[in-house]
Amino acid sequence: MDQHLLSIILWTPAAGLLVLLFIPARRTDLIRLWANAAGLTGFLVSLPLLARFHSGAPGFQFTERADWIPSLGARYLIGIDGISLLLLMLTTLVGFLAILSSWKAVQDRVKEYYAMFLLLQTGMIGVFVSLDFFLFYIFWELVLIPMYFIIGVWGGPRKLYAAIKFFLYTLAGSVLMLLGILTLYFQYFNQFGYYTFEISDLMKLQLPLGMEQWVFWAFFLGFAIKVPMFPFHTWLPDAHVEAPTAGSVILASVLLKMGTYGFIRFSLPLLPQASLDRTIVQILAVLSIIGIIYGALVSLMQQDWKKLVAYSSVSHLGFCTLGIFALNPNGLAGSVIQQVNHGISTGMLFLIIGVVYERRHTRDIAEYGGLAHVMPKFAVIFAIAMLSSAGLPLLNGFIGEFTILQGAFEANRAWAGFAVTGVVFGAAYLLWLYQRTMLGEVTNEKNRRLPDLSFREMAVFVPLIAWAFWIGVYPKPYFDVLRTPVTEIVQRVRPHYFEDRSLAAAAQKPVFRGAGQ
Amino acid sequence: MSQFYTVTDHFTIVPAIVLALFGCAVLLFDFWLFPSPRQRKGLLMFVVLAEAFTGWGLWRQQAWLASNGVSELTGFHGSVTVDGFGIFFNAIFVVAALIVAVVSYKYLEIAGEHHGEYYGLILFAQCGMYFLAAGTDLVTLFIGLELMALCFYVMVGFLRTDKRSNEAALKYLLLGAFSTGFLAYGFSVMYGIAGSTKLAAVSSAIAARPAWDPVVFLALATTSVGLLFKISAVPFHMWAPDAYEGAPTTVTAYLSVASKAASIAFLLRIFLGPLASARQVWEPLLSAVAVATLTLGNLAAINQTNIKRLLAYSSISHAGYMLLGLIAGNRTGINGIAVYVMVYTFMNLGAFLVVVALRRSNIIGEELDDIAGLMHKNPGYAVLMLIFLLSLAGIPPTAGFLGKYYIFLALIQTGHYTLAVIATLYVAVALYYYFKVVRSMFISEVTEKTPIASSVGLRLALGVSGLLTLAIGIYPEPFLRLALTSVVR
Repeated sequence: MDQHLLSIILWTPAAGLLVLLFIPARRTDLIRLWANAAGLTGFLVSLPLLARFHSGAPGFQFTERADWIPSLGARYLIGIDGISLLLLMLTTLVGFLAILSSWKAVQDRVKEYYAMFLLLQTGMIGVFVSLDFFLFYIFWELVLIPMYFIIGVWGGPRKLYAAIKFFLYTLAGSVLMLLGILTLYFQYFNQFGYYTFEISDLMKLQLPLGMEQWVFWAFFLGFAIKVPMFPFHTWLPDAHVEAPTAGSVILASVLLKMGTYGFIRFSLPLLPQASLDRTIVQILAVLSIIGIIYGALVSLMQQDWKKLVAYSSVSHLGFCTLGIFALNPNGLAGSVIQQVNHGISTGMLFLIIGVVYERRHTRDIAEYGGLAHVMPKFAVIFAIAMLSSAGLPLLNGFIGEFTILQGAFEANRAWAGFAVTGVVFGAAYLLWLYQRTMLGEVTNEKNRRLPDLSFREMAVFVPLIAWAFWIGVYPKPYFDVLRTPVTEIVQRVRPHYFEDRSLAAAAQKPVFRGAGQ
Repeated sequence: MSQFYTVTDHFTIVPAIVLALFGCAVLLFDFWLFPSPRQRKGLLMFVVLAEAFTGWGLWRQQAWLASNGVSELTGFHGSVTVDGFGIFFNAIFVVAALIVAVVSYKYLEIAGEHHGEYYGLILFAQCGMYFLAAGTDLVTLFIGLELMALCFYVMVGFLRTDKRSNEAALKYLLLGAFSTGFLAYGFSVMYGIAGSTKLAAVSSAIAARPAWDPVVFLALATTSVGLLFKISAVPFHMWAPDAYEGAPTTVTAYLSVASKAASIAFLLRIFLGPLASARQVWEPLLSAVAVATLTLGNLAAINQTNIKRLLAYSSISHAGYMLLGLIAGNRTGINGIAVYVMVYTFMNLGAFLVVVALRRSNIIGEELDDIAGLMHKNPGYAVLMLIFLLSLAGIPPTAGFLGKYYIFLALIQTGHYTLAVIATLYVAVALYYYFKVVRSMFISEVTEKTPIASSVGLRLALGVSGLLTLAIGIYPEPFLRLALTSVVR
């Protein structure tokens, strides 16, 4: 069972999709029920991972290997380490909650809607578990197709524009990334005499620095557009604003993480010299910091609730990439935790917008005000989500941002200095948003009779809130899970990093010193 | 047996003989036995039989090569060569002709131009293609080309009462004849250089001269014009959109797939044979042509509102990708062209077949509006079209990705990084116009309520193309083996 566990997790949504196709389209309630069951099953089958995963073990676990296309040297090779484990759990949970949240919101073309979500689910899981670059690329691209339809069919007024913009942007980055992959693949053949896409094999490559840099930029385009890093972020607000609620949730919670995950899984270990290159690191850190501050400032100015949250994603993902390119254990571990945090808190924020949008059909902040009087349960949940996103201690966001800032401080004090302003602005736009929508008197008559959260809606929020508190109060398991993979990556990129300090101290305690060169 | 004709000679052209005989039989039987339109269904059986026998002949040839452990068998003193390359391409023609013939029946019925000679023309054209893929003599190749082209001139104009069809045929004929003139001129120069029409002799004669020899250049330039015209590469592409649009859609499918594949085979025979030694001359030229082809094909497709025209420009851009494989020129590149041609056959045929289904008794069904809301009318066809379009764009997990994969890899292997970047970026451009069709099918509302045409043959053909397009994408191993073992030279 253990050796096929990942395959089961990967293909459960696809199996659900296959059955779904045979349900007649007019039986909408049966379709909804089935899709939710499939989503829930997808989450449940991923739970055994938590129990069986060995935190301290090096390398990948639950690996499964089979020949797939011997002519190309591509394999069906999947497995996870601590980093993929966290993102995988995020995917299975949020994927299910997104499906659950759509029960009422989607009344049109129900069957296709759920079919797309189940397909998307398999694609996203595949991205996080693939250890073969070819397989990874297939899943990476597979994700685009259902997302295009989710935005394009069930989206808002400018859905066509947003959907194709999303697709074209990511595709352009992906195909250039493909060239980078093929370069590695071919160079490996030159050095070792056979073709392979396996990540652990490709890590043995010795490339000239110049070529590594080119490949790095090719990967960068693929991943940075997905994250999105400034200045490739312009597709994001459009996609988020136009997508249906569940689409936004998945987009923010999981899809963006594919980019940051790509940096951690592929760019750093496969291209260690280029990742350590001063110019490259500087450029990436500066882009991240611009993303943090710019995203936050733009969020401050938004009149549209959803656009505000969308731009806040740019800011938060800036923290994640900054943590990655701090290139030390704190930065990397913080980045992964922050990715999960962002998935939880921004996912909740989009769900919250979905709740009010279902009731009022507008996202204009000015239309709201004083909702706390009308919807008290909703107000509490929104407050928790908002504070979690803003990084209040005891909630998850704080842990991630704090660790990233530690890592950034260790790498370069100036980075940390700039990044910390993002935290301040973040608190500002979120609190202001809360004030404008929830507090004060009910100014708009239409808001006076809004129903509070239903049981189903509560069910969507409760797991996320519980998770947010868990990370915020007791983050130790997360750091435990991440320590080994993060150490391996730092060791790979900076072989001398751990020489002058004991391994455990570096990974656990913050080191308030300059960059460890 | 005389010294001029042996059993081996016969064996090398069995498929062509079969095709020619069945072609004649179709014409005669149409005349004598099946005079009424209702009986013409019988003619379809002739095509199916002809393809079965042709396939059997090809299979025999392949078995002979394998059992004798040789890579090629020549006949008629080196005019015809049976090798993996030719067999592979001919197998593609068999599939294409079969699929086209099967779906034509209903289409021609609806168009009111159902005549027996149509099936004969399909077979005769395929006979010409046989010699394009298997010929290794300038005259053999030329006759093969003309046989194929003549059949297509007629087929493009098959809708006699349709002005567009007539216009398309005339344009295609005039431009085609003009380009063939160039080709014949180039061949005559080659003959002048070598004193022989055998490709092997021409190869060694050209190799003996310096690459920049003016006479070689003359031969190269004029031959290229003819060849590039046939694969509709820029700047000799002008006929393609008009011919594709005007021709009956089934003919367009046949033209865009089989004729293009045959011309690519022909082009490879010439460029990797006689002109191989002048590589340093034609490589920059072809690179420019390939980039121009990709650029024009992709950019011009963006604004098309007629699906057939859009697919015509897309097929121009695919010619550009195939040329890139030749420019890379290593084993991966040439294999890549074979893989590309194979996947292109299924995905492009499939896309045109969906357009065939849009043709109903009173509706031409070629505009983007005609396909609007196809998802509501016939989800099966819409999903199949989505698969074909994704594949044409080269998005995994569809077959088209594999074709592009090989081309990109070949470019990287040979250090053509700039070309690789250009080629990949046009994938995104191409996606944009393919998704105009997807948008229309899935997101737009139904504008036109008439149910789409459907027949057993069409469903079967679409199912096969769709299944193969997906299967090659998801589990390509057996298909890659097929393409790679046959084309490695």
